[in-house]
Amino acid sequence: MRYMILQNYGATGSDCPPMSQWSPADIKAHIEFQQALNAELLDRGELVDAQGLAGPEQAKFVISDGSSAPVITDGPFPESKELLAGYRIVDVESDERAVEIAARISAAPGLDGRPIRQPTEVRAVMSAPDPEV
Amino acid sequence: MTGQQDTADLLRDLAPRALGAVVRRYGHFADAEDAVQEALLAAATTWPADGMPGNPLAWLIRVASRKMADQYRSDEARRRREELAASWSLVPAEPVPAHDDTLTLMLMCCHPALSPGAAIPLTLRAVGGLTTREIAAAFLVPEATMAQRISRAKAKVRGFDEPFTLPPPGGGGERLRSVLHVLYLIFNEGYAASDGPDLTRTDLSGEAVRLARGVHAALPQDAEVTGLLALMLLTDARRPARTGPGGELVPLEAQDRARWDRQLITEGLTLLTGALRQGEPGEYQLLAAIAALHDQAASHANTDWPRILALYNRLEAMTGNPMVALNRAVAMAMAQGPDAGLALLDGLAGQLGDHHRLHSVRAHLLEQAGDTGGAIAEFEAAAARTTNLRERDYLVTKAARLAAGPRASQLEPFDRPRCQAE
Repeated sequence: MRYMILQNYGATGSDCPPMSQWSPADIKAHIEFQQALNAELLDRGELVDAQGLAGPEQAKFVISDGSSAPVITDGPFPESKELLAGYRIVDVESDERAVEIAARISAAPGLDGRPIRQPTEVRAVMSAPDPEV
Repeated sequence: MTGQQDTADLLRDLAPRALGAVVRRYGHFADAEDAVQEALLAAATTWPADGMPGNPLAWLIRVASRKMADQYRSDEARRRREELAASWSLVPAEPVPAHDDTLTLMLMCCHPALSPGAAIPLTLRAVGGLTTREIAAAFLVPEATMAQRISRAKAKVRGFDEPFTLPPPGGGGERLRSVLHVLYLIFNEGYAASDGPDLTRTDLSGEAVRLARGVHAALPQDAEVTGLLALMLLTDARRPARTGPGGELVPLEAQDRARWDRQLITEGLTLLTGALRQGEPGEYQLLAAIAALHDQAASHANTDWPRILALYNRLEAMTGNPMVALNRAVAMAMAQGPDAGLALLDGLAGQLGDHHRLHSVRAHLLEQAGDTGGAIAEFEAAAARTTNLRERDYLVTKAARLAAGPRASQLEPFDRPRCQAE
């Protein structure tokens, strides 16, 4: 079963300040955590894709009616908390395993190595065949 | 181009025989499998260019043996190298494999201690002769991820430490069941994913059929093996009709039966008849018998629903599987009317909870019973819960047509719940 595990810039459960206020060691630990997790998912044969997205400053919103010129809004956006920060796609044996991975992601180390407790979304990817009939 | 295709087909037939021979000779299934895989890749590149060797199987065994020896030349493998050297004294000069080890290999790859997620790719590679890249493409994961999955499965196999032989007669029942289960899963994976001709994706259903033929050849007297092969053929026969021009699902009742593959149906029926003659049928034979009744019916309305219902009754008593019970409710509705089917569904909510299929079947039965509002709500509930994109498309379209009123729903005159994995 395939799941997309999404993180956005939303409020964290630990009132963790933004990364710009972390020490270099905190940032290094955070990045190493993400890399180690990806390596582990690959090693277990579960990783399909993992991407971080460029910051909200570079985001664009595009609205079109299909005939006139599209309306393009550039950042920065006051509501950037709603935006996606990154995602992983994993192919795992159970729903429980996807949740377990999401819990690890949510507990990534932040300021002073404390878990940032970021709300992390787990979504089943369509087009998985049915579990056996 | 044809030469390459011929080589590929031949290699995939030879793969399990070469692997069986190498494992028999040297042991170490996991390492032997790597070595044979390398030999297959070497053959795939050199044979079309240089011509086929006189004895292709012996060539593969020789090259794989050499690769295995190379592997063991590294220092950290000293111990295994010594073991291997000791076993070399037993090696005959020219390999002449007397056994077809396909079944033994399959029993190993589908060991009950392996999860299906591990057993499936291992079987496809070791017995099916597919490359890691082909398997990765079939399951839509990166090659590196699939390589890890296979290597972890092999690490587990390494720990089994059992002799490379068939289980004693009568002792392999549970092991064989697990092989059949894995083959059935491979078949269903292909069946659910197939959306028209896609030359870049391995045809998993076709591969499952090929592997099931191999097991059947090794155990022609086993009625459940025959039943599984028959089930696959009788189901696969409908493949040309089960998707529309845009890849959309065409449910059984709306399929153009002229497009069903008569040759596969005939073969499936012959196999099934032979199997059923052997006595008390098992699960796969019952499923095949149901598929056969569908395949033989001139139309959906003219299907022998009372017999299908009787078969589902037996199947449910045998398996206790709530999905079987769901199909039984569909057959009940066709045989005795929608209210009888709906009554059976009420008893299933405890087991199936919020499963999309329960909503979907209830939607179809409510529609049959004339409860349009209830049917729309259930179609929408099913659409929100399915994880199959084409199924969701089908379900939201059904709900929208019903909501648009009777004129719109007349566009599709064959409304009925889906039976089986259609």
